[in-house]
Parts: sequence; C-alpha cells; structure tokens
Amino acid sequence: MKHLLSVADLDAAAATGLLDTASRLKDTLLGREVRKLPTLRGRTVVTLFYEDSTRTRVSFEIAGKWMSADTINVSAKGSSVSKGESLRDTSLTISAMGADCVVMRHPASGAAHRVAGWQDKDAATTGTHTSVVNAGDGTHEHPTQALLDAATLRDSLGSIAGRRIGIVGDVLHSRVARSNVLLLSLLGAEVVLIAPPTLLPTGVGEWPCRVSHSLDAELPALDAVMMLRVQAERMHGGFFPSAREYAIAYGLNENRLGLLPEGAPVLHPGPMVRGMEIAPAVADSSNAKVLAQVRNGVHVRMAVLYHLLAGAPE
Amino acid sequence: MKLLIRNAKPYGEEAVDLLVSDGVVVEIGSGLTAQDAEVLDAGGHVLLPGLVDLHVHLREPGGEESETIETGSHAAALGGFTAVFAMPNTDPVADTAVVVEYVRRRGEEVGLVDVHPVGAVTTGLQGEKLAELGTMAASAAQVRMFSDDGRCVNDPMVMRRALEYASALDVVVAQHAEDRRLTGGAQAHEGAVAARLGLAGWPATAEETVIARDCALAREAAAGPNGHLRAGASMLHVCHVSSLHSIAVLRQAKAQGVRVSAEVTPHHLLLTDGRLTGYDPVNKVNPPLRTGADTQAMREALAEGVIDVVATDHAPHASQYKDTEWAAARPGMLGLQTALSVVIHTMVEPGLLDWHGVARVMSERPAEIGRLADQGRPIAVGEPATFCLVDPDAQWTVRGAALASRAANTPYEGMRLPGAVVATVLRGRITARDGKVVA
Repeated sequence: MKHLLSVADLDAAAATGLLDTASRLKDTLLGREVRKLPTLRGRTVVTLFYEDSTRTRVSFEIAGKWMSADTINVSAKGSSVSKGESLRDTSLTISAMGADCVVMRHPASGAAHRVAGWQDKDAATTGTHTSVVNAGDGTHEHPTQALLDAATLRDSLGSIAGRRIGIVGDVLHSRVARSNVLLLSLLGAEVVLIAPPTLLPTGVGEWPCRVSHSLDAELPALDAVMMLRVQAERMHGGFFPSAREYAIAYGLNENRLGLLPEGAPVLHPGPMVRGMEIAPAVADSSNAKVLAQVRNGVHVRMAVLYHLLAGAPE
Repeated sequence: MKLLIRNAKPYGEEAVDLLVSDGVVVEIGSGLTAQDAEVLDAGGHVLLPGLVDLHVHLREPGGEESETIETGSHAAALGGFTAVFAMPNTDPVADTAVVVEYVRRRGEEVGLVDVHPVGAVTTGLQGEKLAELGTMAASAAQVRMFSDDGRCVNDPMVMRRALEYASALDVVVAQHAEDRRLTGGAQAHEGAVAARLGLAGWPATAEETVIARDCALAREAAAGPNGHLRAGASMLHVCHVSSLHSIAVLRQAKAQGVRVSAEVTPHHLLLTDGRLTGYDPVNKVNPPLRTGADTQAMREALAEGVIDVVATDHAPHASQYKDTEWAAARPGMLGLQTALSVVIHTMVEPGLLDWHGVARVMSERPAEIGRLADQGRPIAVGEPATFCLVDPDAQWTVRGAALASRAANTPYEGMRLPGAVVATVLRGRITARDGKVVA
C-alpha cells in the first residue's frame, strides 16, 4: 500500500488486513502501563489540515505517537497557506523536509489524490517516497473513518458479511457515507441509505447499496444503524423544510430505537447534533458506540500508518 | 501579389489548381501556370474555406500569463482558422468601444487571423445593465456578436432587453446557458461520476431551461419592430451546448422558426466525465464534460444541423491556475490547434459529415452567424482566397508544450489524432504552413 486515498483503492483482503492489524494492536496495548510501541521510531508523520478538526487530527497524532513516530501538526491557518501558497508547493515543501507520511484533510474533493500525484512525480526524481493518507477530502471520502466504523461493527456484531447496515442522513455531502458504502459492501454487508431525496446525490443508483426514504420501514430489519451529522448550513440550504421536520422523519429517537433489534449498535461519526439526527437518550444508550468508534479510530490509524510506513504485508 | 495553389482538392473532390491575385481567386483549372506567383503545392490534400471560430478566449488584455492575441493568433493559424471571435471576459472587460477597438487593432497588427472582438452584453459582465452595444457595433471594431460568456445573462428581463435591443443592430447575442441558481458550487456533470467523486453536480437542467427561456424571448423579440434583422440571421446564439436534453429544446425552437443558432465544442463531441477520475483539472471545463450519451447526441445534432457549428471555447490557463486541487482550478481547455482533428475523428471518420459538412460547421455557418462577409465563402472564382488545407490521412500526437499557446492545458495530451493542417491562407497570404506560422 503506497497511499490511502480512497476505500476504492482497497480490496477485501487489504481492508481485512488493516482491520486485523488494528485488532492486534488494540490487544497488544490492552492493559499496558506504557502505551508505546517502537514500530515507527525515526519516522515522521505530518498532519496537514486545511479544515478544522479535533478528533481526526488528534486521533492520527496519538496513533503516530503510540507507535513512536514523530508527529507534527500543520494547520492551514497557521502556515504559509494563508500567504497564498499553492497546495502543491506546500505539500512538496513538507515532503522535502523529510516527512514519511502526510495525513491530510482538505475541503476540496480529490485534494489528497492531487497531493499523492505530485508526491509520486517528485519521488520519481528524488527517490524519496512520501505516503499520503486522506483524512477527509471535501465531500468525497474519509477512508479511516470507514475503517474505524467497520472495526466497531466487527466488535459489536462479530462479523460484517451478510449484515444489513443502514446509513441515515445527509449522504449528499458526506465523505463518511461514501467511504462506508464502499467498505461495508466490500466486506459483504448489505447497505441501505436512508435519506430524503434532496440529501442523496444524483447517480446514487450506481452505488453498491439500496436507497430508502423511510427510516421506520427499514429499522426492524437492520443489524446496525449509522447516523450522519446534519450540518447547520444544510438546514438553511433548502434541503429540507425545517430541523423539526427532519428530526421527525429521520431522527433516531427512543421509539425508533425500539424498532431496531435488541442491542443493535448505533454509530455516529461525530460530532453529534443531539435532538436533530439523534435524541440525547439514544446517544447515551448502551446501543450507542460513539466512544468505541473513537477508541477504535486510534488503533485503525495505527494500523494504516504501520502498513504504509513499515511495509506490512498486504 | 499572386499565389498559385497546385493540386488541391476542394471539399475533397477533384484536384484542381487555383490562381489567386490580390487575395481573390481569379482562376480555377488544371495545369495553371503563372510566372510571378508564389506556389503552394497542395499535394492532393483537402482544401476547405478558412475555419471560423465563434468562441475563443485570447486573454488579452489582463490575462497575458495565459495567452496573448499574438500567441492565440499563432494557435489559430496553425489550427486552420482565418477568423476568431475573442470573448470579452478580459481585464478590463470588453464592454466599451475602447477595449474592443484595442483587441481588433492588436489582431490586425499580428495579422495572422481576423480577430473579431465579442462585446459584453452587460457592463462588467455583471448581468445587470446593458453595455453600450450600439457604440461597440458602430466602432472601428465592428462588433457583431455580444456575450457575457463565462457567465450567463441570468436575469430574464435583462436578456429580453438585450435581444430586443440587439435586433435593431443586426448583431447576435451569444448566451452562456447556465442558470446559476442551479449550479452553485458546481464542479462536474451531475451524475454517477460526480456522485462517486464527491463533486457538486452541474445539472443539465441548468442549461436546458435557460435555452428554452431564451428561445421564447428571441421568438417574441423577433415579433417586435426588428426591421434590420436580415432573413436567416441568427439573433440568439447558444454557446457550447453540452447536454442531450438541450438538443430537443433547440430542435423544437428551430421548427417554430426561432432565430436561434447553437455551437458545440470539440471536447463535448469527444470527451466524457469518465476522465475526471484522478481529479486532474485539465479536464475541468464549463459546461462540464458529460456522458457518452451526451457526446453521441452532440455528434448527431451537429450532423443534422440542430447544432449549427463547432466552436472551440479555446480557454488557455497558465499552470498556476490548473496545477491545483480540482475546486480551485479554473475551468477551460485549449482548443484551436486540435479542433479540426477532433472533428475529423468524431464526425468525418464515422461518416457523420463529409468535407462539405465540415466546411459548413467550421466555416460557412460560423461566418454567417458572426456576420462576416468575406469568410466562409465558396471555393470559387471571384471569392476571397481564404483557405484551410488539410491532410486527412496524417496522424499526430498532441503535446501541450508543443502547441503555440502560452498555456499548455490541453486535455488531449498524448492522444493520437487524425488530420493535420498543412497550410492556412488568409486573403491570398499564407499564414501557416507545415506546422509553422508564416510571419
């Protein structure tokens, strides 16, 4: 694995390999007083974030530190980006300083693909390879989020193949949804997208999933449900009439939790908008796996860095 | 000054010799001789009237890092063009007589191709207030086409006034049909590819609805006091039609007698949104590359005449505007030196157009729409010696760096295309020959 830009770059074996590595790393660290592995000592990981993010950036930073990599955080606001430097120049400058891996988040879809292309071109002349990890590009993908979701579902359900998993909410603008549809279907799950037509992209018909507009109709047959955040700007963008109507039709409240099979996991990539897509009682219920997702996030990112930088077998 | 063109096949038909004197064809026959004439051996290649492009961006004034009138004229001559219409989205905008006269004069100084400035429809391309169309039309630049290209004249009342006002001037209003209320933030054709790549969609309806609206407005404007509008003259020209749904609208409007004409770009004849995988902004263009069904519909509509002409929308961008993430990149691609090859590939090779058809869509009809009296003329005695000589059997590989434009943003990089322009002749003067500009 050279870069991790899209779930589409993975086959089932590679995805399962990453999840297995994450699981092993989790077991290895369990109960340890000093949570530090020497695996990536001497390696440098730079997080390059052009968008505000706390959980993803911190998660990658901790993942790197627990593997003894040197991690450096660059945020677009505090760098020369604000002076108008191009993404190309910024990314090549960082790799020229010796970064082994650039973890990047950017508001433009495909930004990580572009950076990987420039890095590969540069590597052809310098011979120094820099891996790129897509930590969220616009409304395209967020592969490590999908991996941590899959890890959480494996923990809860035992397996993913053959399970029916609902993804509810703003699919149109969600990189989490795109990566999850690809990964869960790759791992053999049946995916159902549940959203109003205005929050589904034209062309969704070609995705490896089914589409529904009725949460109530789908819930009883789901093995797990993943709620997507509804961003404030969508509420004012005319995608649906009101936050109230959205919550009534697509919010996961206590009554709806009762429609799910007993103990079915409820996932949310966070940050949650309580009272909108998820009722507080549901968010705090034993079904909710939000913090388990966050815990798994660190292990999954350790696995990704390990596979990229230590050349673990694919 | 005399020019003897030997062994040329007008429209691919029987080979003849043509004798040109003072820019005019004076004799056509076989075995012609002339003592004092420059000789152009046409080698049995196809002779067409010089190509006319209703839609180019030459970037001057203001965008000289991407193209100048000089470099754009070189590209035009090498591409077989003898007249181009330069869009007004320059800096300053070509919305006054001063700017359009500058563009026209620079074109004349370079002297390789007739550069006809297109005037802005509205001041500053803002879509609010009509620019001084009459003054620009009457100026030394003789503006005959007006457009806010790059932007749509979105306000229906402004478009109505523009069409009505233009009808008295015998000029054409060229619309960039894009309802911006439907394309906010759009980055790619709305469809399966954009959905997968997470790019905000540019729905085909944004084009179709504006064309339908404008055709209705043109119909009503023509019914008004339009005493100067010549029979057959187009009053509304639709730039770069890209969607198959727009074809049905145009067909219906033409059947109703609406004075509308339409163009398609070479890239919308050939390229699809499948190229967007990988996010290379060389494929970013507005309107966006659409689907295979759309390119097929464009080809058929061009053959049928529902779409009148091919226009390149030649849009050079310096590398700093393209070597970026997709969303930050400027839309547009080079077109002048690849247009004829793409038309041969997409229209002539599949049998959709013969050489008369190529002459019609790339020379005769564009000249009519642009009100050019001495371009797009028949190859005949007494007509201007303005030609494009093409070797249809040649093959070449496109290299952006080798093109004459200052920028290199061609989507055809590395592609092998048929047909090479052997020579371009403007009123008896050779402007390009064997891939080199004749200064």
